[in-house]
Amino acid sequence: MDFLSITSAEIQALLLTFKLALYTTMILVVFGAPLAWWLAFTQSRWEAVVSTLVALPLVLPPTVLGFYLLIILGPYGAVGGTLEAMGLTHLAFSFEGILIGSVIFSLPFAIQPMRDAFAAMPQAPIQAAATLGAGPMDRFFSVIVPLARGGLLTAIVISFAHTLGEFGVIAMMGGSIPGETKVVSIAIYDYTQGMDYAAAHRLSAILLFLSFVILATFYAINRRFMAPIKL
Amino acid sequence: MIEFNLQLSYPGFDFQTGDVRLSGEGITAIFGPSGCGKTTLLRTLSGLTRAQGYAKLHGQVWQDANQFVPVHKRRIGMVFQDAALLPHLSVQGNLDYALKRSGMGMSQAKKEQARWVELLKLETLLGQPVLTLSGGQKQRVGIARALLSNPQLLMLDEPMSALDWRTKNELIPLIKEVVEASKLPTLLITHSPEEVERLADDVLLLNQGRVEQVETLQQTLSRANSPLFDEQGAVSVLMGLPGLVEMGLRTIKVGQDNLYISQTHAIHTPDVRIRVLARDVSLALSDPKELSIVNHLQVTIKELIPQGEHRMLARLHLQDGQHLFAEITQHSAQRLTLQPGLVVFALIKSVALAE
Repeated sequence: MDFLSITSAEIQALLLTFKLALYTTMILVVFGAPLAWWLAFTQSRWEAVVSTLVALPLVLPPTVLGFYLLIILGPYGAVGGTLEAMGLTHLAFSFEGILIGSVIFSLPFAIQPMRDAFAAMPQAPIQAAATLGAGPMDRFFSVIVPLARGGLLTAIVISFAHTLGEFGVIAMMGGSIPGETKVVSIAIYDYTQGMDYAAAHRLSAILLFLSFVILATFYAINRRFMAPIKL
Repeated sequence: MIEFNLQLSYPGFDFQTGDVRLSGEGITAIFGPSGCGKTTLLRTLSGLTRAQGYAKLHGQVWQDANQFVPVHKRRIGMVFQDAALLPHLSVQGNLDYALKRSGMGMSQAKKEQARWVELLKLETLLGQPVLTLSGGQKQRVGIARALLSNPQLLMLDEPMSALDWRTKNELIPLIKEVVEASKLPTLLITHSPEEVERLADDVLLLNQGRVEQVETLQQTLSRANSPLFDEQGAVSVLMGLPGLVEMGLRTIKVGQDNLYISQTHAIHTPDVRIRVLARDVSLALSDPKELSIVNHLQVTIKELIPQGEHRMLARLHLQDGQHLFAEITQHSAQRLTLQPGLVVFALIKSVALAE
């Protein structure tokens, strides 16, 4: 296989894929952590409903998810239509659209490890930090993050890797616009359909290799440094 | 001065302190049986758990109907039952965590750290991860950490309940020294009468979610049915001044009297407490000379309190007014025709420092 003959279109697909995975992961950690915290400790009766909604992407075929997003974000949907009415453009077949799809698609994979880590965390050190003068944000970064680091790292790596492997949702609501929605998995599909097996092969091998490296690094780190800290 | 009135109710438990004022000097023991609300009192007073009512320290409002100061702004040096050290940090890391948030300047922080590390004997532990510490070491680090947060009040939540007796015996004098050196008002939660007798100046008695009494240790110990008395029976605590060691015995001056104890180790505090079990005290009408018991004190009988199983508890006053219980049989009391006002000699079989 000749990796040197990689085309700029293929590189564009690769870069787009990593951009999508990076943004998805950041959004999931920043907004997912508070949601995971709430789910871990709430007494609210809405917990079951929210947990169900978060877990739905696990069981639904990606095509179902992509179909509804296409309807909602498209020009006649609730969100897309409103944006159009405000003079903006709808979100179907756009990078923003597939970003929203990716976040929802990987939501359970980010929430679950963080929720488990928060729930298993000893509460006494957090309260001790409060008595020592640490405010809520201070406690979050100086105690909660270090104590839940295993769960946070799992959430980051799985969200990232899971987004690399996304296909169905993007195929349904993103289409295949180069530089906008044509991620590696879509590109491979297109090349295969177009009988360009060499290009499909190159991209597949690169994705396989990168996925392997990311996961192997993760498991190595996890084994060495991320053992749960218990007193 | 600590003032509060806190209420917290949840299914199966009703916690109502009523109006309470604590002098805020020395150690106030919060004592009561398991499940009486000791920890609830500490958690609601510190603000870790939100309750109804008010709480003030030295006139500054911690909570009332209009405001609630969160725990991280109250500057409470809290020592937890299991130490609650930050497990991802070293011993030094835990101390630094407190120092960084203490508001103390660099030079003062250094001075404070050196002072408490020395007193609590932490020099050799500083570099260690906290996961490798023993129970007693953890508590010493926890106490140092609390002190380094520059607190205005110390709260100790059963700091010795998980320790063996030997470690406990090492920690008790340290706690005493720390409180005396820091001059901080201190609340000590405990269900151990012995810890109260050895450490407390004042006692807050808690029962079934109610504050029953706030009084001095001597007042608590002067009641024949004191909640501090357990299966060992009545106990007295005498305050004395340590004297010289001669022939393997240390003299302790108690008023005009001398007591002799066989503990001759160095004493770091200006005064000492001596804990005497009532059942170790016998009474004689005259001062017996030919006896192996060395501790004879001239006392006045103040009250004779009949107890179960044909026993009699005699409340005695020493010459300096300190009070001592003797437990004898009713038979002996009749034989010696003991009655209030009579001057007799108390013979104490076993005397131990409560330090």
